[in-house]
This record gives sequence, structure tokens and C-alpha cells, in this order.
Amino acid sequence: MTYPPSYDVLVIGAGLAGMRAAIAAHHQGASVALLTKVHPVRSHSNAAQGGINAALTDRGDKWEDHAFETVKGSDYLSDQDAVEVLAQEAGQDIIALEHMGVIFNRNEEGHLGTRRFGGQKRARTFFVSDFTGQAMLHVLYEQTMQAKIPVYEEWFVTSLVKDDQGRCAGVVAFEIRTGTFALFRAKAVIMSTGGLGRVYEPSTNALICTGDGMAVAYRAGAPLMDMEMVQYHPTTLKGKGLLITEAARGEGAYLLNNKGERFMERYAPNMLELASRDVVSRAEQIEINEGRGIKGCVLLDCRHLGRAFLQDRLGQIYAEAKTFANVDLAEEPLPIRPGMHYQMGGIKTDTEGRCWDVQGQWAGVPGLFAAGETACVSLHGGNRLGANSLLDTVVFGRRAGTCAADYANTISPPTIPESAMDADKHLVAGIVSRKGPGERAAALRLEMGTTMNRYVSVFREQEGMETALHHITELQARWPGITIQDKGQVFNTGLIAALELGFMLDCAEAIIVGALTRQESRGAHFRTDYLDRDDEHWLKHVLLYHTPDGSPHVEYLPVRITQWQPQIRVY
Amino acid sequence: MHTTLRIRRFNPEQDRPSSYYQEYDLEIDPSDSVLDGLIKIRETVDDSLTLRCSCRGAICGSCGMRINGHAVLACKTKMISVASEGETIQVEPMNNMPVIKDLVTDMAPFWSKIRQIQPWLQPQGRAPTAEYIASPESMSHLSGVMSCIMCGVCVSDCTVLEVDKSFVGPAALAKAYRFVADPRDGATTHRLEQLNQPGGMWDCTRCMECIQVCPKGVGPMDRIMSLRAKGMKAKVPSTCGSRHAEVFTDIIKHKGMLDEPMLAIRTFGLKHAGRLVGMIPMIIQSVFKGKVPMSGPLHRPIPGIQHIQRLFTRVRSQS
Repeated sequence: MTYPPSYDVLVIGAGLAGMRAAIAAHHQGASVALLTKVHPVRSHSNAAQGGINAALTDRGDKWEDHAFETVKGSDYLSDQDAVEVLAQEAGQDIIALEHMGVIFNRNEEGHLGTRRFGGQKRARTFFVSDFTGQAMLHVLYEQTMQAKIPVYEEWFVTSLVKDDQGRCAGVVAFEIRTGTFALFRAKAVIMSTGGLGRVYEPSTNALICTGDGMAVAYRAGAPLMDMEMVQYHPTTLKGKGLLITEAARGEGAYLLNNKGERFMERYAPNMLELASRDVVSRAEQIEINEGRGIKGCVLLDCRHLGRAFLQDRLGQIYAEAKTFANVDLAEEPLPIRPGMHYQMGGIKTDTEGRCWDVQGQWAGVPGLFAAGETACVSLHGGNRLGANSLLDTVVFGRRAGTCAADYANTISPPTIPESAMDADKHLVAGIVSRKGPGERAAALRLEMGTTMNRYVSVFREQEGMETALHHITELQARWPGITIQDKGQVFNTGLIAALELGFMLDCAEAIIVGALTRQESRGAHFRTDYLDRDDEHWLKHVLLYHTPDGSPHVEYLPVRITQWQPQIRVY
Repeated sequence: MHTTLRIRRFNPEQDRPSSYYQEYDLEIDPSDSVLDGLIKIRETVDDSLTLRCSCRGAICGSCGMRINGHAVLACKTKMISVASEGETIQVEPMNNMPVIKDLVTDMAPFWSKIRQIQPWLQPQGRAPTAEYIASPESMSHLSGVMSCIMCGVCVSDCTVLEVDKSFVGPAALAKAYRFVADPRDGATTHRLEQLNQPGGMWDCTRCMECIQVCPKGVGPMDRIMSLRAKGMKAKVPSTCGSRHAEVFTDIIKHKGMLDEPMLAIRTFGLKHAGRLVGMIPMIIQSVFKGKVPMSGPLHRPIPGIQHIQRLFTRVRSQS
């Protein structure tokens, strides 16, 4: 028997989207395996704190309202057919999660309880205290254990493999513990590797969020879409940029400037602190830029919520503020600022998770699927609403898993030779054996991160972005010269950092090229040289194709509009 | 601040691998975490220093390690809380699990013990069309256990696992409690019977180490005690462990002080007389060292026993 065995469906990444996809494919009768560079419960889905949205009809909510607020939140860049699927299927997925064992908060009658979240008029966010993502992630891992789905833990993917007909046929990966390469053959591959936060410094994202799946798919020919849409979260801690959940504001916390004013009154008179994230982050940045901040921050004031309430409903951030900022939320306001948080863009997929190409066909890399933050369906368009990302992972993870299993049923196992690993083996051996006092991957990453955070952040303009692009191109040229001290095979984290940096540089380039291409301001993409949204020219998606040498090739796709014509966006 | 990190290192690829300590001097902000220090070393001095880390915010559970002798999450441990200016901080991999390289341990044994308790919800009967109805208290009670991030810190410092590898351990037992206490789970009795087996809930010696080191306030030992109480209440077959608890309270209730020989005899009973016989050398030694009060069957209740019995009645009526 060959090792590893060939699978119908191979899922890369074992966060919420990946595990949900694997479970769905398993229930569909497919042979499925998960392959992940960290143990599943170490995945960054853990970090989602506040909750998961759904409009449950049995409590008088309407899925159309949820869909509309998502579309409005996206600044009309989301594809409305995808958003309709999301909002319509949200309820069933929440119930499915509850049946699997997620301990969602209850109301007095014992039914699921809700809280308010940004950009939405109704309380439709279901939650587990303020560690909803963790509570879901551990339950999905329980389900994969019960289903006995094989998990290749701590394996690192270096590239996608295609067969003679150009079909996605598996991946090349090495086991981190031994350094051994293996060729994983599969009829369908689902990319669910999460976000790319480490392209920025600082970021709320974990150190593992390095855009691997996006870069691997991109290099294999799948287009990346709307990469310029990078969300800055309004409440992150100074320094390392740790996240403070939006649920704090959802539960009633205020934002204050150095004069003690609730400044959101001037920017979003109706929704105040609960306007959508792009709006709040911009408002904060203006306050800070115009001298009404405190040491580069504004203040999040939770004092009026009371200690008992904070400990019960926001226990994690209560502890986090104490540990990481030395602030007692019940006693004093917490300095926070906007920080890089989420990538709305990603691998372009249709509503079944198939990596669609610009012609609206599955021609780029047939057999390749994507789900979660790695993917761009597009649900979130220019700006994602809080608590829609968890929903995205379970709805579209499930759909991708189901579709991939069905697709695998229709084709025969791929034949690819072991030599498909040669190039990657060679590349890795080259990095490990390279001698001399070259540059460190960490130093290059820091340059990249600070450049991105300086020029491609809440406010952007042509000249700055060109500077950034120039710098990223230069870093790409320096990447082949980096050296690592660890010359071993076992758990060589220096090697992994080098490979991740290569992926991130591709992602960074795509973000900047997307941002330079889109000559308007929409959602999180705010250009001081193009202040307005321009529906006439830019109500469309920007797709980027990787080219072996030189800049990405740009294409466009129209936004799919079903029932909500673009309007002026006011909160 | 200035500090020295004294790190235990191990490279399995060396000719004759053995662990050794390496020291790194570090200039660092006192409010930085030990993880920040380790990352700084890895990124600027020596990229062969190997550790797992990811979230930096005590939620992913990757960076469990021992700092100055106790298991912690490195990201949650401030430099200033473990050393003063100029002092050395000792950093070692977690205990009770094999080391792969430097600070990276093999978590496979950890996970196989988690799997041992069948860690998934097992509802009985058909699921409702909507959610299960459950009281808000029951769910928020469980959130205390669901905060467990499976970092392995409690297992690292578990004093029972140090001497008995068959013990299922604090993390798995806390996880088991999560299901036993879940009103939606239908396998409670079966679970308690499984946990009643050797290596299960009665093997904890209540040293409290797991409660002390848990970075998420899960309190594994408290959960183990709750499991025991639930087991006794559900009348799962008695074990030496549960009989020890019952006999202990019974003796106190009737005599007002502990009658240790009686405790041993009644705990083991006829069924386990062999084990009692096996303890004789230890008992003899204890007698000579003055560790066994000469009481026995003729031991009379202490004066004022009625006060103790009143206490018993009061506690019983309250619980």
C-alpha cells in the first residue's frame, strides 16, 4: 500500500471551515482526510470571540434582513446570491452545531440567547460567552474524532499538484516532525487554511496565519479576488495587536476620545459604536490623527457594565485586558486602536466552494475547492460584519465538503508520479543547506509587515501604495537569499518561517496590486485620492492571476445583484 | 529589563542526543511575555531554538512549557512575574510527555487519553427539530470546562502521571466532566462506569497542582471531585476509592476522629483483603515511626461527639 493512501477529498487546514468540510464530506460517503500544519484545536478559529449570526424565523427575525445588512456592510461588493445562501442556511447550521454539542448561551426559557453585533439592527448573534470560536472548534474536533477522520497533524503543504489534464490531483507536503516529504493524492482538494494576518505587523491574527492556502492555490492558477479588502478591527490592543471582541460594544461599551466624548455620534449618529467595522475604524483613526487620541489610541469604556456582567459575558477579554494591558475593565477604560484583522478577499469560489475562474467556470484548477477566510465567495465584499465569519466557515465549509464529495464520486483517482515532489524537495533542501550570513526570514517579514501597515491600512493613496509595492517586490528579490541556522530535518521551524514568508510576499503583492487597481473608496478600501464610492466603474470584483514572472494579471467580474440595488451607506 | 533565559535544549538529530541547558542574555520590556523573549531569540539570535506558539493570547494552547519549574503558557507569563532585573529564568519542555526537540513535546499520548473518554456528545433519542432546551445556568456552568484549551499544562505537572502512566489524567477527566454535566448527553451512566475503572477518576490524589497551573481556570481537580460525587450518587459499583470516601465520613461521624486501621480494613473489605495484606510491611513501618495512632476497634468516640453529629445533620440538610 502506498503512503499516504489516496483520498476522495483532502482538506488542507483544520480550523472551523476545514473540519466542517471534512465532516460533511465524510457524511456524504467520501473517504476524507485532514492535513494541517498545527493540531486542529490550535487553529486560529479559536480567536473568534463574539459569536455567530443567524436570523431565526421562529423568533420573528427575517433572513432577508440579515442578508441586506450583510450586503450593506459589504458596501455592495458582496455577491448577493451567495449572501442569500448564507442568510437562509444560517439557522440550520446553528442548530446543527448545537446538536453536535456547542454550549450556546441560553435565555431564561432555555432557548438560544442572542446579543447585538455591529452593522445590524437586531440582536441575532448567538454566542458562547466570549469564546464562541473556541467552543465551536473544540466541538467540531470532537466530531472528527467520533467520525474517525484521519488527521495529518503538523504537515506543511508546499504546493498543489495537477495531473496531465490539469485537474487538481493532490498536494505535496512534508511532515514537520521528520522533514519527510509525501505526495498526497486526492480527487478533490479543499483549501481552508484561514487568513493572512501576518502579512501585516501588528495584526490580531495568530503567528500561523500566513496565507499559505491562498498563495498555493494562486501559484497553481486559481485567481485571488478582492484582495485589497483588508479589515481593520476597531478594538485591538496596542503593541502586539491582540483582539478585543466587538461583543464588548455589542453589550454596551462606549468609545471615547481624549475629551471623554462618544465621538461615534459624529460619524454614525444612529448606530454609534455599532456601525460597521470599516466606519468605526476610520472614525477612530481620524480622532487619533487629529490629536484627540491618547498615545495613538482611543478608549473603550466598559465600566458601566459592571464587574459581574463583564466576568460572565465577556470573561475572556476581561482577563485579557488584565493580563496583556494591565487594565481592570470594571475600573478604567481600555486604550485600543484599529488593527489588521481579516482578509475579505481570497480564492474566488462559487457558492459550492468550487474555485471559479473569471469566465464563471471551473476551468482554472478543476477539483480545487476553498472555504472560510481563505476563500472569497464573495460574502463580505468590502467589509465583513462581525459574527459573519464563523457563519461563513460552517455554511460554506459544509457546502464545499458536500460538493467535493459528490464531485469525487464522478471521477477516477488521479495518477501522478512521485516525481511531482522533486521541485519542492529541491527548493527545501536549497533553503536548509544555503550557507553564509544571509538575511533572516523574520527580518524580512517585519519589513513587509510594517510596510503594509503603513501604506495599505485604514487610509491609502497611490504614492504610498506604490512605495509599498516597490518594497514588496524588492523583498521578493531578497527572499532567495535568506538563510537559516537550523540545518536539521526535525521540527525545523526556521525552514517553515522561510516558506511562509514566500507565501506571504505573494499575498502582500496581491493586496497592493488590488488596492492600486481599485480607484475608488469602498468598504475597508478607503483611498484619500479617490474619496467616493464609484458604482459606475467599480461595482465589480478585481481578480488577480499569478504570472511566473512579473506583476499579477488583472481581470474583473461583475458583482451579482439580486434584490438590493446599491444605496448610499449611512449608519 | 535584563534577564537570562536558561533553556533546556534537545536535538534528536545529534549523534548521541542528550539534553543540555543553553543560556541567552536578553534585554526586554518587563511587561513582555516569556514567549516574546523566546521569539526574540528565535528571530534574532538562533532560529534553531524550537517551540510551538501561535496566538500569543492564551487561546490556542500551543506554548505550554515549564518556566522556573512549573508548567505555564509562555504567552501568558510576564517576564516580570517570574524574574527580577538580572535574574535567570529557567525554561523547559512540559513534563510527563516525550520531548521531540527543545521545547516541543509529543502530544500524542495526551490526545489518546482524551480519546479514551469518548469526547463527543452522545444524546439519546431523536434530536429535536430546533435546539435542545437547557437552562442558562447549565450551559454557563459548562463554559467553565469548555474554556479548556487542551494545552497540556495540567498533565505536565500532574503528580500521579509522574508515577503512573495509566492514569487518564486531569485534562481528560475535566473533558469527561463536560459531558457528564451536559443535560443533553445521554451516556452519563456509561461514562461514570468507565471513569470508575482503574486509571480513572479515583486515581487522582488531590494534590491540587492542576488547579494551580491551569491557565484558563478550568480547575480540573474540582471537576474530578464532582465526577466522583456524581458517580457515588449514581451508585456506580463501589471501588476502593469511593468506599474510602464513604468509610472516612462514617468513621468521623461515629467516632469524631479518624480510626486509620479501621479505615483501611473497611475500605478494602474482604474482596480486596489481598491488597490489605500487601500493605502490612508499610503499616509495620508506620507503627515504628509513630505514624499510626493506636486506636482500632476498641477506640471510643471522642467527648462531645454529639456536636460533630449535629454538624453532619446540618451539612446533609443543606446539600
